[in-house]
Amino acid sequence: MRIGTVLRPALVLLLVALVLRPAWFTPLFAPLAPANAPVIYERSSLLSLSLSHLGLVAAATAAATLVAVGLAIFVTRPAGAAFRPLSRTITNMGQTFPPVAVLALAVPALGFGAGPTLVALFLYGLLPIFENSVTALSTLPPATMEAARGIGLNRWQRLVRVELPLALPVMLTGIRLSVVIALGTATIGSTVAARTLGEVIIAGLLTNNTAFVLQGGLIVGLFAVLIYDALVQLETRLARRAGA
Amino acid sequence: MIEIDRITKTYGDSTAVDGVTMTAETGTITVIVGTSGSGKTTLLRMINRLEEPSSGEVRINGESTRATKPHLLRRRIGYAIQGHGLFPHHTVGRNIGAVPQLMGWKKDRIRARVDELLSLFSMEPDAFRDRYPAELSGGQQQRVGVARALASRPDLLLMDEPFGALDPIIRARAQDDLRRIQRRLGSTILLVTHDMEEAIRLGDRVAVMDGGRLVQHATPAEIIAQPATPLVADMVGDVERPLRLLSLIPLSELLEEGTAPGEAMPAEASLRDALAACLWSGRSAVPVTVDGVPSGRVTFEAIRARAELHA
Repeated sequence: MRIGTVLRPALVLLLVALVLRPAWFTPLFAPLAPANAPVIYERSSLLSLSLSHLGLVAAATAAATLVAVGLAIFVTRPAGAAFRPLSRTITNMGQTFPPVAVLALAVPALGFGAGPTLVALFLYGLLPIFENSVTALSTLPPATMEAARGIGLNRWQRLVRVELPLALPVMLTGIRLSVVIALGTATIGSTVAARTLGEVIIAGLLTNNTAFVLQGGLIVGLFAVLIYDALVQLETRLARRAGA
Repeated sequence: MIEIDRITKTYGDSTAVDGVTMTAETGTITVIVGTSGSGKTTLLRMINRLEEPSSGEVRINGESTRATKPHLLRRRIGYAIQGHGLFPHHTVGRNIGAVPQLMGWKKDRIRARVDELLSLFSMEPDAFRDRYPAELSGGQQQRVGVARALASRPDLLLMDEPFGALDPIIRARAQDDLRRIQRRLGSTILLVTHDMEEAIRLGDRVAVMDGGRLVQHATPAEIIAQPATPLVADMVGDVERPLRLLSLIPLSELLEEGTAPGEAMPAEASLRDALAACLWSGRSAVPVTVDGVPSGRVTFEAIRARAELHA
């Protein structure tokens, strides 16, 4: 905890500097770049790449959350219980399919750009959110659920006022896993021309420029670490409120 | 008045509750007691339609419970269970105010009711209103659970082993509290327990269930004096029957002129307590006070004679 209070702001500052003032790091990266090659990636602004990267991740995770949580709610109702094995199979398939394969298959249908990447991230993100939501919704404290029914909450009120708030911390764990996976996976979207930080890494690999690779990798890594940390904090806070 | 009319519940081939008919008067506590699997909880849960009866019907003040949608019916019937079932993510105040809020009460009316109930259960409103259930002791959580069940002034309060999770000392205190509050509010309560001691202590009437049937429905004194079946006798505990019986009778019933040595007892205390005092201190009588004024004595002989009445 005490390490966090020092390390967290330091990492945030480092990330902001890497994105907004990459030129500051020229001396650091220079030894890694080939002779006469540029040290700092300048073909497009790192800020706009970061925003587009985060935007893709946010959109894909939001869609995955909506679908996975919706599906989890459905299969934990008596009416939907029969669909539980089937939906588990489908979300598992989404996870087994390598994102690269999804990209390759989606390009003919959706063309180059953000589309295939969104589909790949969406499919890849479903499983952790779905599994966690199903677990959370089917392991709620029985006495609380019995009392909720017994004092006269109808189905909808039980879901919105009791089940979802109590399941939220565990659901959020699933969302966090998805976000972190998506942050890393999004980089390969640049192979099909999605605007992500992967562009920097790929440019580095193509020109044998380790400075670029490191620069892109560092920024993606820092985003992942910091967002992961922020979501953990949020979960702890919510879990405390839920009386855990 | 609660009328349970030939109610039956079957699950496939097995019958959980078999044609039970009984009536509970308004303003009384009826304790349904039985071993596990006797159908007592199923019977209770059919009253607020957490379980739908296979046949038969329940009427509350003459109105069939089928006339109302289940969740609306349940808002008019208080429900308290073992392990309290409080909402862990809501404060004590929101927990107690849950049903009034569902019924659309105004905010300040809910708040006033929450404070009133907290005070009734000897919990300082300012100290407890904004706490979360996890921050309370077991006994406090249980009291909040009962307060929540009482919040909307229901026609009827159903309690399923409400004190089951409490240790003996806290349980006795919770039972006394319930009795006191029930007298004060005049509530009608149906309570399920497996503990005959609790049934005798709390019930105006005791209903004994066995194998889905109602085997005896009577006052605690009758249950002790004339158990209808060997099982009831077993549950009452043959050896302890005289003591159980004495525990139901206040000293005022055997009060006579005269004096006795030693510490005085109030007239509301039970003959069992007086007997214990006699045995413990080797006295043959104890002095009795009515409202704090010395007014006579109860003798060991009289207690013995009273216990023999039923032998």
